[in-house]
Amino acid sequence: MKRIHIIGAGLAGLSAAITLSEGGIPCSLISLQPSERAQSVLAEGGINGALDTMGEGDTPAQHFEDTMRGGVYLADPNAVDNLTRHAPEILRWLESLGVPFNRTSEDIALRPFGGQKKRRTAYARSSTGKILMTAVIDEARKFEARGLIHRYPRHEFLRLLTDAGTCRGVRIRDCYTGEICDLTGAVILCSGGMNGIFPGMTTGTTQNSGDVAAVCLAQGVAFGNLEMLQYHPTTIGIPGKRCLVTEAARGEGGRLYIERGGEKWYFMEEKYPELGNLMPRDVVAREMYFVRRQADTGDQVYLDMTALPEETWRNKLSDLRQELMHYLALDPKAAPIPVQEGIHYFMGGILTDEEHRTNLRDLYAAGECTCQYHGANRLGGNSMLGALYGGRRAAQTVLQGEIPDAAESPFTGEEPLSTPAAPALIRQISEILLGAMGIVRKEAALKQALSRLDALHAEYLRGEYRILLARAMLLSALERRESRGAHYREDFPEKDEALRKPIAAAVQDGTISLEFRPLPERRSHAGNT
Amino acid sequence: MQAILEILRRASAEEAPHWEQFPYETADENETVATALVRLNEVLCAAGKNPIRWECSCLQKKCGACAMVISGKPMLACDAKLTDVQKHGAVRIEPLRKFPVITDLIVDRSILFENLRTLSVWLEQAVIAQGDRAALAYDASRCLQCGCCLEICPNFCPGGSFFGMAGFAPAARLIAELPKAQRDALCKAYRAHIYEGCGKSLACRNICPAGIDIEHLMVNTNAAAVWKLPWRK
Ligand SMILES: Cc1cc2nc3c(=O)[nH]c(=O)nc-3n(C[C@H](O)[C@H](O)[C@H](O)COP(=O)(O)OP(=O)(O)OC[C@H]3O[C@@H](n4cnc5c(N)ncnc54)[C@H](O)[C@@H]3O)c2cc1C
Ligand code: SF4
Ligand code: SF4
Ligand code: FES
Repeated sequence: MKRIHIIGAGLAGLSAAITLSEGGIPCSLISLQPSERAQSVLAEGGINGALDTMGEGDTPAQHFEDTMRGGVYLADPNAVDNLTRHAPEILRWLESLGVPFNRTSEDIALRPFGGQKKRRTAYARSSTGKILMTAVIDEARKFEARGLIHRYPRHEFLRLLTDAGTCRGVRIRDCYTGEICDLTGAVILCSGGMNGIFPGMTTGTTQNSGDVAAVCLAQGVAFGNLEMLQYHPTTIGIPGKRCLVTEAARGEGGRLYIERGGEKWYFMEEKYPELGNLMPRDVVAREMYFVRRQADTGDQVYLDMTALPEETWRNKLSDLRQELMHYLALDPKAAPIPVQEGIHYFMGGILTDEEHRTNLRDLYAAGECTCQYHGANRLGGNSMLGALYGGRRAAQTVLQGEIPDAAESPFTGEEPLSTPAAPALIRQISEILLGAMGIVRKEAALKQALSRLDALHAEYLRGEYRILLARAMLLSALERRESRGAHYREDFPEKDEALRKPIAAAVQDGTISLEFRPLPERRSHAGNT
Repeated sequence: MQAILEILRRASAEEAPHWEQFPYETADENETVATALVRLNEVLCAAGKNPIRWECSCLQKKCGACAMVISGKPMLACDAKLTDVQKHGAVRIEPLRKFPVITDLIVDRSILFENLRTLSVWLEQAVIAQGDRAALAYDASRCLQCGCCLEICPNFCPGGSFFGMAGFAPAARLIAELPKAQRDALCKAYRAHIYEGCGKSLACRNICPAGIDIEHLMVNTNAAAVWKLPWRK
């Protein structure tokens, strides 16, 4: 039997499943909860592609430039070239699935987004992820009905089945019955970001617990850029989590200010005349951090959307306004919104090559669980694109290679990984990391955090692996003795060209080794106009 | 505030359910049933007791995972402020009643997704959503598949031929978008599994946590799928 096993049913997993189906290869689509509950439904602002429907002369080459510069040149240029070249096609595919994008009189409308010099972000008001997911889920359902996609929609990843550098399959558990089974065959990991490493402190979902990353790292899968956490500049605190205020708020004209000498100081506009409030997220978040610490300023940054035209509220940001009124009892049309930086995205993750292969044979990865495409800082709107394109690309790689046989069999032995880590331990790890891996970092704090981690005691294996992942994050942050993108070191505030290389972290016999991996040269034929 | 959380618990489907009471105190006026469950579980785990099993994901009303019956009403736990849902200092929390219970507050809602397969909710050909139809498609696309509407629907029972609003909304997206010639099969399934079974009492209208304008959607979809009238606004 041929069947590929996909872990994760967000945009990346769905895209991989649909591509495999189109190629006639069946797959298992495994997720803790149904697709409707994946983090992808939370995406708000939009998805990028140089469609150039706004008459600005935009091209994939400019999308490439903006993505590379936004990621401070830490991404694989050939991979980014593939991504940006195929972006218009991905948007047209979504359009053909009936996604009700906002439109100009003739075509898909595009909005300005952070770090991009042209308008290239397609959107459905400010619920783009949900609206896109509905259409993509419908498309996947067609292949479910045809017997190509087999859903395992309440199933937890427990571990990879590995054997001498090859992935032989995956062990999963039915969360309702507790039954465990082994699925042998090739695996594509699409398990999303590591929000659960910071419970209650991110804009994402509780489902993405970080366990898949922790277990895979412990099992020898190589990771990259684990020091790169994206703090989004505009979040608000709501019960149990950080809630995102989409970058589209600034794309549509929202302005950041802080009080200084009794006046509103629009610091981003003053410091960065070209892109102003729409500088890449790492820059905006850092500026917010520093202006708050100035002696002559207040200690709260505000997002001012009071000058936005009525039409914008009605057709482009209606959902955002409702959300803010609900959570803050403030109408953003009438009053500025107090905002703060919050953890939003994980640029670091599983290291893959351009074709989405990992270091283990027959193991592939795509979407937010990887470190592909975004380098040291992700641009808004590039992540849904990266998930959809990455999932497709990983599936294409599988289809082009030799597909190992697959089988499913119950597992009745003892599996220590079925017990989750204790909530108290999870919280302790999170507190230790938050203290050292904020927007501004320094050696002493990172070292102290490492020694505090050493003092923790994990009762269960999953706790142990979580500590290992936390260690790898701290060690990567220590090792990068420069400031680049989301990683800012107070003790090394400058960029160091010699360190323009991803840090690979891998575990062997329980020990973490780190290595700067040179980036491939951009292929000359990859150039486009 | 202080409240007694009264939770209907059972270790497994076979076991008879029983109520357990947990005194709960918080300084945060905005706390929801969801955040209370998170904190309560931390305390239970630390004390070596069984945590309350429930499902959540987004914690901001966008994924439908945490639907349950709270003080008698189906709603999302992350949208249920303790101050709003308490009655005489108590909050009653039980699983949705229309679906098989797995354990504690977890129910098996897989029938929702099976019904969408039965309805053939997918496109066979490319379509482009434009104009008024795009606005309807947008609204219909927002369904969370939470199941709250089915909980209060007098006509829905799992496994029955009537699929309720949770089946209706996703189908309505496609009926809104498809050109006339391509809608036939879907419209036929729609008439059989939704239109004919629905008493149009609209008990489901005010319960939808996504705030989908079900009446507006229904009027337009019926016009297209049942009466074959031109599209209304
Ligand atoms: C509030 C918010 C707004 C955003 N806005 C935008 C935006 O406007 N534009 C943009 O491009 N990006 C945006 N993003 C980022 C983007 O949504 C995500 O990066 C992207 O959707 C990730 O897709 P994915 O498929 O990789 O992962 P996810 O959608 O997170 O899916 C992960 C899947 O893995 C499964 N899984 C996880 N752990 C396990 C396990 N242990 N066992 C089994 N299954 C498991 C989950 O069930 C899920 O199905 C936003 C993110 C957030 C949180
Ligand atoms: S209108 Fe009444 S019968 Fe029809 S789906 Fe809603 S609650 Fe059920
Ligand atoms: S129609 Fe509303 S209540 Fe019903 S499943 Fe969809 S979101 Fe939930
Ligand atoms: S957790 Fe997503 S709706 Fe409540």
